Amino acid sequence: MLEQIRQQFPALSAQVYGKPLVYLDNAATAMRPQSVVETWTQSVLSGNANIHRAVHYLAGVATEAYEGARDCVQAFINAPSREEIVFTSGATAAVNLVASSFGEAFIHEGDEVVVSAAEHHSNIVPWQLLCERKKAVLKVMDIHDDGELAVEQLESLLSPRTKIVAISHISNVLGLVNPVKEIVRICHTKGVPVLVDGAQGIVHEPVDVQALDCDFYVFSGHKLYAATGTGVLYGKRKWLDAMPPYMGGGEMIKSVSFAKTTYAPLPEKFEAGTQNFNGAPTLVPAIRFVQEARANASVQKEQAAITEYIYTKLIEDERITLYGTPFAHKIPLFSFAVKNAHHEDLALILDKMGIALRSGQMCAEPLMDRLGVTGLLRASFGPYNTLAEAEYFIKSLDRAINMLM
Amino acid sequence: MSLEEKKQQVVEDFSVYDEWLDKYEYLIELGKGLEAFPEEKKTEERLIKGCQSRVWLDSEERDGRLYFTADSDAIITKGVISLLISVYSGCTKQEIAADDFGFVAEIGLKDNLSPTRANGLVSMIERIKEMAG
Repeated sequence: MLEQIRQQFPALSAQVYGKPLVYLDNAATAMRPQSVVETWTQSVLSGNANIHRAVHYLAGVATEAYEGARDCVQAFINAPSREEIVFTSGATAAVNLVASSFGEAFIHEGDEVVVSAAEHHSNIVPWQLLCERKKAVLKVMDIHDDGELAVEQLESLLSPRTKIVAISHISNVLGLVNPVKEIVRICHTKGVPVLVDGAQGIVHEPVDVQALDCDFYVFSGHKLYAATGTGVLYGKRKWLDAMPPYMGGGEMIKSVSFAKTTYAPLPEKFEAGTQNFNGAPTLVPAIRFVQEARANASVQKEQAAITEYIYTKLIEDERITLYGTPFAHKIPLFSFAVKNAHHEDLALILDKMGIALRSGQMCAEPLMDRLGVTGLLRASFGPYNTLAEAEYFIKSLDRAINMLM
Repeated sequence: MSLEEKKQQVVEDFSVYDEWLDKYEYLIELGKGLEAFPEEKKTEERLIKGCQSRVWLDSEERDGRLYFTADSDAIITKGVISLLISVYSGCTKQEIAADDFGFVAEIGLKDNLSPTRANGLVSMIERIKEMAG
């Protein structure tokens, strides 16, 4: 069963340093299934034309593929309308779009933006740039030592000046599912909109933007098994309609003259220039893969077994400190420190054993400061990873630690 | 020994190890043996901050020659530091400025220490060159 899944990913059969690749850096990017490769190739070979413009055959094929992907994403996250799905180059671009455009319309001097202490730089820096530009204030919701967001702080952090709250669905370091539905509810009682950074969330949790009632939800395609350079911004129509354009150029206009230019309706208003029309259609097979994997009992069983196994091994090891510990909310993503062993040394050694994982600050320096570390080691598992790989990882980790003692 | 001879020695010592894990064990031993770097010397000016490991570098000039001491919080990097110091400490500023530091790549370390971005090692080489400049 699992072998069938693995076979869809040719890159997994690579050898590194003469050893089988054990790819445990899925939080950084996922591997791409053959179906995604085929869709991309097909787009380039038989559907390669710019979209929305020309009336010729190829343009029609390309446009249908691109807009078909939009419909697919809309259904996947249960967005009320396709106009609320904006394609971007990724989650980072999407956050920047909102920070800039929503910021332009709604955020002024003395206003406040709230983020959490556990955010990725892509959900911090765009807000910092905005606050600098508008002389607004960035406030931070803390985390508990176990990694859970200090949601009890939220109400007191919200003030009459708070204009938006930006929070991750799942932290790329702590690997815990945050109570975003509850956070949205609290914020809405104060009339504050919420942007959810779903870069990790979309991969590990079924996302229903209507059930969550979030105002914005962003994610990248490349973590979701699709091509790089793809991403989605979901925004409630009422906000997107009220936000001025972000980038200007072709596509996002209705009419242009030097006297006056008017803008296209949603979603094109926020899709300036030639879009990634070879890449965006890969979201369709990628999403299909995700749905198949979620419905596959063997995969789900293996994932649960891996999560429990790694969690137990790391928690039980006295040399190791795991960050993000409440098991009930844990996804198979583990960031940890080893006593007297530097994360870079461990990562280099594990690399030579064929294991690919991440070390360092994980693009979350404020979180590292909060945790009191210079960096961590992170292993993140995908639906094509096996329990055997998880066991090999633990054995290799032990060997690597012993080499350093 | 001349600078060239010192470099040759390092390349030879290293060539004994074929397997990566053996090379790392050797570097770890070298790192553990590195002369102690006093805590008080770990100042901001001496720190070469990389994304992964931190490196502190200090130098002293005596009779036109540079003498280096260094430390890192990562032990494999410490091992490489130890190699760099064994080669470059005691050389004249001109010798260091003229050197291409090619032997680091020759023993296969440059890429494999961090293929993706400036790491403590690369930054340290830059700093050594600056000090000799």
